Amino acid sequence: MTSTPNATNWTGALRRSAERALPPEKLLPESQPSYVASWIYVFGALTMAALGIIIATGFVLAIMGPTWWHHSSTGHFINSMHLWSVELFFAFMVIHLWGKFFMAAWRGNRVLTWASGVVTFVISIATAFTGYLSQTNYDSQWIATQAKDGINATGGGALFNVLNFGQMLMWHITLLPLGVGILVVLHVLLVRHRGVVPPFAETKDGAK
Amino acid sequence: MTKAPKRFNPDRDVAPWTGPMRRYDIAKEVTICFLVVAVLTVGLAVVFSSPDDKAVTLQQWASATPVDFATTAIAELDGTSGTAGYGGPYNTASPGQSILGVSPSTIIGVHIPVDAAKDFVLSPVAALPDDPLAQQALRSYRSATSTQRATWDAAYETAIASQAASYRDGHLVVPLGNYGPVGVIVNALTQMARSGALDATMLTEQRFFSTDFTKPLLFLSDGNYLANKAAIDHLQGDQWGMMNETGSWPGQAWLWLYTMWYQVPGLSTSPNADLQVWAIMMVLTVVLACIPLIPGLRSIPRWTRVYRLIWRAHYAAKP
Ligand code: HEM
Repeated sequence: MTSTPNATNWTGALRRSAERALPPEKLLPESQPSYVASWIYVFGALTMAALGIIIATGFVLAIMGPTWWHHSSTGHFINSMHLWSVELFFAFMVIHLWGKFFMAAWRGNRVLTWASGVVTFVISIATAFTGYLSQTNYDSQWIATQAKDGINATGGGALFNVLNFGQMLMWHITLLPLGVGILVVLHVLLVRHRGVVPPFAETKDGAK
Repeated sequence: MTKAPKRFNPDRDVAPWTGPMRRYDIAKEVTICFLVVAVLTVGLAVVFSSPDDKAVTLQQWASATPVDFATTAIAELDGTSGTAGYGGPYNTASPGQSILGVSPSTIIGVHIPVDAAKDFVLSPVAALPDDPLAQQALRSYRSATSTQRATWDAAYETAIASQAASYRDGHLVVPLGNYGPVGVIVNALTQMARSGALDATMLTEQRFFSTDFTKPLLFLSDGNYLANKAAIDHLQGDQWGMMNETGSWPGQAWLWLYTMWYQVPGLSTSPNADLQVWAIMMVLTVVLACIPLIPGLRSIPRWTRVYRLIWRAHYAAKP
């Protein structure tokens, strides 16, 4: 079809700008610059994979309800998987973060990629924290009564009441994971859009 | 007006890549990563499982340490407990923590009203209709002047603090004193807690369904039972507790920096520590997000040359 683009059609303009930003071969390329050859590049994908397992096991826990895992051995096992995938998720993410730091991977217009990573990190911490509050066991009681002082001191406790189990469960299973999910998609699309950051160009006397 | 092109800054800019490409299969990489992480997770879950210490109830607390429970109850009544003297968002009993003269919790005010004496002691006891003695005691306590009440409260506080205070034959036993009806009230509350009725009453205070544990948790945390259990598990703030878990499981290790500040002399004893630590962490988070824009910080990768290790194949291939 060779219709001339209609400059006033919002839908067409949206499609064209999306195509410009991320043409299919840029979104899912079959080759990468030769310098993309290090184990450190795997940690972004590993973080994503761990997030996938977290979400999958979280779905099972959500289907059965917040106290199921206390009295079902299957439930306890799913809970263990949920916990360990979270531990892996943070381990991978922190290695990824330091990797990107030492590659100065914000160079060449990639500041937003870096900043979206930091925001994802912070929201992930909040998600994990509300998860601990949603365990409905002694650990939740202790963490809630301890954490309230910090949040209350900032004034945030008026809105975000860590002693309110129902509220914390909602944050943990809807609002915060949604935030992490959206940010990760944005983050990865930004990476595809910009391409992988090249190494420092070196001259005889070191990086220029 | 045309802008002069910015000078090339190696910590901000890159030259476009014109070198060779190599085959790379993102979809395969992601799939393999997913399988590897799935196997790792199952393995860790099988080997290490996960901790699950049962929640503590008011019943357990009052049964295991009735004198600590009664000591906490009288502190709620006379306004000396942690919650009674807390400040925002629960009440106005304290100006709250402040930084540079500003106290955010005071500005925001009371949003989750908690009246420790009424919510933790008087209302629950009033919910015991079959205990005429307790109702009689409540009536005389409520009709007394505040000076009179304060005298009774103080007398009972002394009595329960005595070495001789104990729980015997279904009653709190304390030395005699001028505490009027307070002894009966605290005793009724303790018995109620030991029966389990207090757990139910505090949770369903306003309605049948409840998912809000604010009041029972505040009451529980005013006593020593919860904290003593935490100390055994190394969960206290001065034990880097935020990073730990019950048992020997790894906890929120990623909170190491946040919890570290509480160990720093000066902050570890500051009355405004919570707010100060939060402020430090917020500033540091903004700095982390803005590293790419901060001269000096953004040059660290180039100076440390760790990148030579990451891209060693690339640099080895270059003449
Ligand atoms: C849920 C958390 C995260 C996920 C799932 C994630 C995922 C990814 C993926 C798949 C890539 C491309 C592959 C790679 O280079 O590893 C990437 C690149 C990148 N990530 Fe993340 N990331 C996360 C968090 C972070 C954090 C915390 C930071 C730093 C503060 C960060 C900074 C970056 C940067 C700067 C790039 C671009 C690299 C380049 O151009 O070479 N990410 N991320």
